[in-house]
Amino acid sequence: MYTMGVDVGSASSKVLILKDGKDIVAAEVVQVGTGSSGPQKALEKAYEVSGLTREDISYIVATGYGRFNFPGADKQISEISCHAKGIVFLVPTARTIIDIGGQDAKAIRLDDKGGIKQFFMNDKCAAGTGRFLEVMARVLETTLDEMAGLDEQATDTAPISSTCTVFAESEVISQLSNGVSRNNIIKGVHLSVASRACGLAYRGGVEKDVVMTGGVAKNAGVVRAVAGVLKTDVIVAPNPQTTGALGAALFAYEAAQKK
Amino acid sequence: MSLTQGMKAKQLLAYFQNRADQDAREAKARGDLVCWSASVAPPEFCVTMGIAMIYPETHAAGIGARKGAMDMLEVADRKGYNIDCCSYGRVNMGYMECLKETAITGVKPEVLVNSPAADVPLPDLVITCNNICNTLLKWYENLAAELDIPCIVIDVPFNHTMPIPEYAKAYIADQFRNAISQLEVICGRPFDWKKFKEVKDQTQRSVYHWNRIADMAQYKPSPLNGFDLFNYMALIVACRSLDYAEITFKAFADELEENLKAGIYAFKGAEKTRFQWEGIAVWPHLGHTFKSMKGLNSIMTGTAYPALWDLHYDANDESMHSMAEAYTRIYINTCLQNKVDVLLAIMEKGKVDGTIYHLNRSCKLMSFLNVETAEIIKEKNGLPYVSVDGDQTDPRVFSPAQFDTRVQALVEMMEANMAAAE
Repeated sequence: MYTMGVDVGSASSKVLILKDGKDIVAAEVVQVGTGSSGPQKALEKAYEVSGLTREDISYIVATGYGRFNFPGADKQISEISCHAKGIVFLVPTARTIIDIGGQDAKAIRLDDKGGIKQFFMNDKCAAGTGRFLEVMARVLETTLDEMAGLDEQATDTAPISSTCTVFAESEVISQLSNGVSRNNIIKGVHLSVASRACGLAYRGGVEKDVVMTGGVAKNAGVVRAVAGVLKTDVIVAPNPQTTGALGAALFAYEAAQKK
Repeated sequence: MSLTQGMKAKQLLAYFQNRADQDAREAKARGDLVCWSASVAPPEFCVTMGIAMIYPETHAAGIGARKGAMDMLEVADRKGYNIDCCSYGRVNMGYMECLKETAITGVKPEVLVNSPAADVPLPDLVITCNNICNTLLKWYENLAAELDIPCIVIDVPFNHTMPIPEYAKAYIADQFRNAISQLEVICGRPFDWKKFKEVKDQTQRSVYHWNRIADMAQYKPSPLNGFDLFNYMALIVACRSLDYAEITFKAFADELEENLKAGIYAFKGAEKTRFQWEGIAVWPHLGHTFKSMKGLNSIMTGTAYPALWDLHYDANDESMHSMAEAYTRIYINTCLQNKVDVLLAIMEKGKVDGTIYHLNRSCKLMSFLNVETAEIIKEKNGLPYVSVDGDQTDPRVFSPAQFDTRVQALVEMMEANMAAAE
C-alpha cells in the first residue's frame, strides 16, 4: 500500500510517498511554497521518481501552512503533529524537537510514547526563522548554502539581536560598516536564530534526545549554535525538510488501514 | 403591548444594545448627564442618579467586531498614543477625538461618517475602577482632561492573598461612599438610597440570569456555544443595572433550557472536543476564531472573561461590604493561585479537554500570567493547552494561519488524549 504526505510550507513544498507505512519511495522538495507551482511540481517529481500514479496512492494527508489549499488531500493535519510523527519514526529516542521552517519556529516536547506533551511556536514575527536567515544572507552577500561553511571559519561571534529581523538587519549593516568580519557576523546570525528557538524549547523543558528538523536544520552553523546554547548534542533528522511530509504519510497510512 | 414581546433572545440582544445607546443620545439631547464607564466599575451609583451609561470597552469591541477599529486606531496614532497601549483605549481615544472635533467644528470628520461605530454621545463625566487593570486610570484621566469633565475613581486594591480581607472590603465601601458624594455634587441633589436598593436588586437579577446562561455549558453535548457569551456580554457590561440585561438573559437561558430538554445542541451532533478560552476575545477576528474551532468540531464550554461579570452580592447589605467583595474578587485582580483555582473550576464544570490562552498584546495583565498559569494548570489536570497571539481590537496583531495551525494541533492533542483514554 502506498500513502502520501504533502507538506506545503511557506518557503518550500515537500511530497513524500511511503510504501506500507515504512519504506520511503519518494521524498521530493521544491524550494517554493504555498500559492506557487511548488506543490504541483513536487507532486509530479514524486510520481516520476516512484513510477506511481494517483490511482496507486491509497490516502493523502496534507500538512503545513498551505495544507488547506492542496487539492486532492483526504485529510489535513497540523505540522506540529506531523513533525512529531515523522521524527518519532526516524529517531524513536527523540524527546525534544526543534523545527525551524521558513516562517515558523517551534519546539515540541514528546512523552515516552512519542506523543506530544506540549509545543511552543514563535509569535507573529520573522526573527529566528528561515526567512530571517534569507534576509541576512542577502545583506551579507552570501547564500543560505554557503552560510554554514563561512560560520565555521569565524574567529569570534558578533552579537546580533534575536528580537526583530529589521533591527537585526540594521545591526548587521552597522557591524559590516564597522569592519567586523563577515564570518563572525554570520556566526552571530546563527546564534541569534538558535537563541530564539532555544527560548521556545526551554519553555517545554529540554530533554534528550534533541532533534532538529525543518529546512534550517540543513544549516550546520545553526545546529552547532543550538547545541552550544542547549549544551547538549543535537541530532539532525535525516532529510530534515521532509519530516513533516513523512509524518503526514504515516498518518495517511494509519487512516488508510482504518478505511 | 411591549415592543419586545415575542422577540427571541438574539433579537432582544440587538434591540437592547441599540436602545441603551439611544437612551444616552436622548439623555444628551434633553441635557441630562451621560457617563462613560469602565466595564467592571459599579454602575449602580450612576444608574440610581438617572445618569445614562456608555461603556467604551464594549463600544470599542463593537467597532472591532464590525471591522472599524483601524480608522479609530489611526486617529489615536496621530494623537501620539503608542501601539503598546491597550487597543480598547486607543480605539476609544480615537472615537472621542472624532466626537470632540465634531462638537468644536460642527462638522463630523469623514472617518467618523464612514465608521461602523455605534453612535454614542460625549460624556459629561467618567467613572473608572482599577479592579481589572490600571490602564483604566490613565485612560479615564485622559478622557476627563481632554474633555474637562469630572472623573470618579474607585480604587480597588489588588488581592495578593485570598480570601479577601475585611479591611479591603471596608476600604472599597468607603470608595463607594466617596463616589456617591461626588455624584451628589455633580448632580446637585442627594443620593436616593431607596432607588439604590432597587438598582442593586435589578443588578442581581441580571447577574442571576447571566450565570444561568454560562451554567448551560456544563452539559455534554452543550446546548450553549461559548462564543455566544462573547456576543451577549455586551449587555452584562453595559446594562446590568437595567432590566434590559435581565429580560435578554432570561430569554436566552430559557431558550437554552428548552433546547437541552428537546436534545438540541449548539453543534448539533458534531461536538467532539470541548475547550476553554482564556482571555478577551479577538474581536476583529471573532468569526474566524469561532469558525476555525467549529470546523474542528471543538466547542467552547468554559471561559473566565465573561464570568468577570458574575457580580453576585447581598443587595440588602447596607455596609456595602458584600458589593465591595463582588467588585474586588474579579480573578484578574487576585493572586496567581486564585486565578489558577478559578480556571480549574471553570474547566471542570465545562468538562473541557484543553485550553486556548489568548496572548493579547493589549492586555498585559491578562496575558503576562498566562505562561505560569498554563504550566500550573497543566501540572494539576494534565490537559493540553496552546497559546495564540492576538489582540482584542487591533486587527494587525492576529495571524489567521498561525491561529489555525496552533488550534488544530491542540485539537489533535485533545483527540489523542481521548483516544488513549478509550
